[in-house]
Amino acid sequence: MGMTMSQKILAAHAGLDSVKAGQLIEANLDMVLGNDITSPVAINVFNDGNASSVFDNSKIALVMDHFTPNKDIKAAEQCAQTRRFADKYDIKNFFDVGQMGIEHALLPEKGLVGPGTLCIGADSHTCTYGALGAFSTGVGSTDMAAGMISGKAWFKVPSAIKFVLTGKPAPFISGKDIILHIIGKIGVDGALYRSMEFFGDGLQYLNIDDRLCIANMAIEAGAKNGIFPVDDITREYIKDRFKGEPKEYFADDDAQYDEEYVIDLSSLRPTVAFPHLPENARTVDEIGETEVKIDQAVIGSCTNGRISDLRAAAEILKGKKVAKGVRCIIIPGTQNVYLQAMHEGLFDIFIEAGAVVSTPTCGPCLGGHMGILAKGERAVATTNRNFVGRMGHPESEVYLASPATAAASAVTGRITSPWEVMGK
Amino acid sequence: MKYTGSVIKYGDNVDTDVIIPARYLNTSDHKELASHCMEDLDKTFVSRVKQGDIITAGQNFGCGSSREHAPIAIKASGVSLVIAKSFARIFYRNAINIGLAIVECPAAAEEISEGDTVEADLDNGIIRNITTGKEYKTAPFPDFVQKIIENGGLMQAIVNEAF
Repeated sequence: MGMTMSQKILAAHAGLDSVKAGQLIEANLDMVLGNDITSPVAINVFNDGNASSVFDNSKIALVMDHFTPNKDIKAAEQCAQTRRFADKYDIKNFFDVGQMGIEHALLPEKGLVGPGTLCIGADSHTCTYGALGAFSTGVGSTDMAAGMISGKAWFKVPSAIKFVLTGKPAPFISGKDIILHIIGKIGVDGALYRSMEFFGDGLQYLNIDDRLCIANMAIEAGAKNGIFPVDDITREYIKDRFKGEPKEYFADDDAQYDEEYVIDLSSLRPTVAFPHLPENARTVDEIGETEVKIDQAVIGSCTNGRISDLRAAAEILKGKKVAKGVRCIIIPGTQNVYLQAMHEGLFDIFIEAGAVVSTPTCGPCLGGHMGILAKGERAVATTNRNFVGRMGHPESEVYLASPATAAASAVTGRITSPWEVMGK
Repeated sequence: MKYTGSVIKYGDNVDTDVIIPARYLNTSDHKELASHCMEDLDKTFVSRVKQGDIITAGQNFGCGSSREHAPIAIKASGVSLVIAKSFARIFYRNAINIGLAIVECPAAAEEISEGDTVEADLDNGIIRNITTGKEYKTAPFPDFVQKIIENGGLMQAIVNEAF
């Protein structure tokens, strides 16, 4: 029986010719990731296990991105604990303030993950790297600790759902609109325990940033991983960047999929997920006459903090002003994205429009810092979760949207389609 | 292993952000995490939860973030077992890894009411609602999962050479 892309990567790392859904395997890891919140817990477990060495100091990445630059004393202590660990074990990929970016924007950019990589990360959005043809999944801190010690993890081989993306998306329709549409269709547990594998002629219209955004939110449908086949767009992106040996795995013709969805990208419209679940997706047209006024717009995160995202926001904000009463916070995902956006003049556009530009951080996405909401406030955000209290007060609200929609909404002060602002 | 406790009941899609809000993730201290457990969903949880209590919930319990702080907070608050219709996959793995007993049983999760006294024998896959007398069958825990939970977590099981 044929295998899916995900199954082939797992089989190769388990030293097996083939695997099938439901099989328990032990596989060798190419990368183990943690951040400033999950690493301290993993380090405690590592020490409880009386471990005295890591399996490979070049295959561990520790990224100080969630509560950094340190938001308070406790956050500072967590970074300090991780920094001491990185020093002690000479962890090569330790990224502190100055080098760090949001982990899932940073690792692809640094070439630490690529086609055929098997990666676990103590962060649920580790599934992002499937955009590059990797098998990558989120785990907890104990699995991270065990991975750092042994270089291995056990997996239950997932079954998969096939998504065939066809046609060309309209202007301002991005990866975010596509994945919100899909989660709206299948629900927050629609892909529970399974792989989401993406195919179709529509992939040619999706750049790496769109794909990273789509794979990033696979977890919001409960998936174990999301994955794209490697093509010329991937190869161009990893060229002179990926530090490993790229290995391309394609699904067999007779690979089994539990379900198949065909999504016509040309029919998609700007899409927003209403509180308090990412599955509450509506197109902006469906909002109708009721105005959804906003207090804050956040453009950034591991979902949408890459250069294409900032360019889309800048295209909307150019020559316009953020509406009175709206706080617009723009957060480039990495230092490189920051530099590139600065050189392209995007910061001039943002600042002249009345937005602020922050150093890379996960900050407001998880209600950490840099843009917390008060009781009753509403934000439109390019982040990935709109759970109760996610960005601050339990009685605040988060509406998930693309960078173009978030920027358009910042201009009008209510949730607005980029098409309306740009006069399409 | 047997668990007996009084039930605290929740609905579908209880996410890790309400189990332990991110604003408290600047610590990994178990007691401190427990003192904020369920805060954004149920402000009364911390004051009413008793040692040994059992949580029942609907679909997709523990969805969202991979924070291991979520099962840690539940366990440290005294909860002995979580019974749900289904669990999000990272939470499921994390709960076992830190030694929090959890079991999927849709019928039990649906029918057991808040405040009922429940006894669960997970080695044999039996959940009994002592209040109503009704019994439910589940898949028994595999041996390795039993060992992890008995030892208080994966790493402790490895240190104790039980795994």
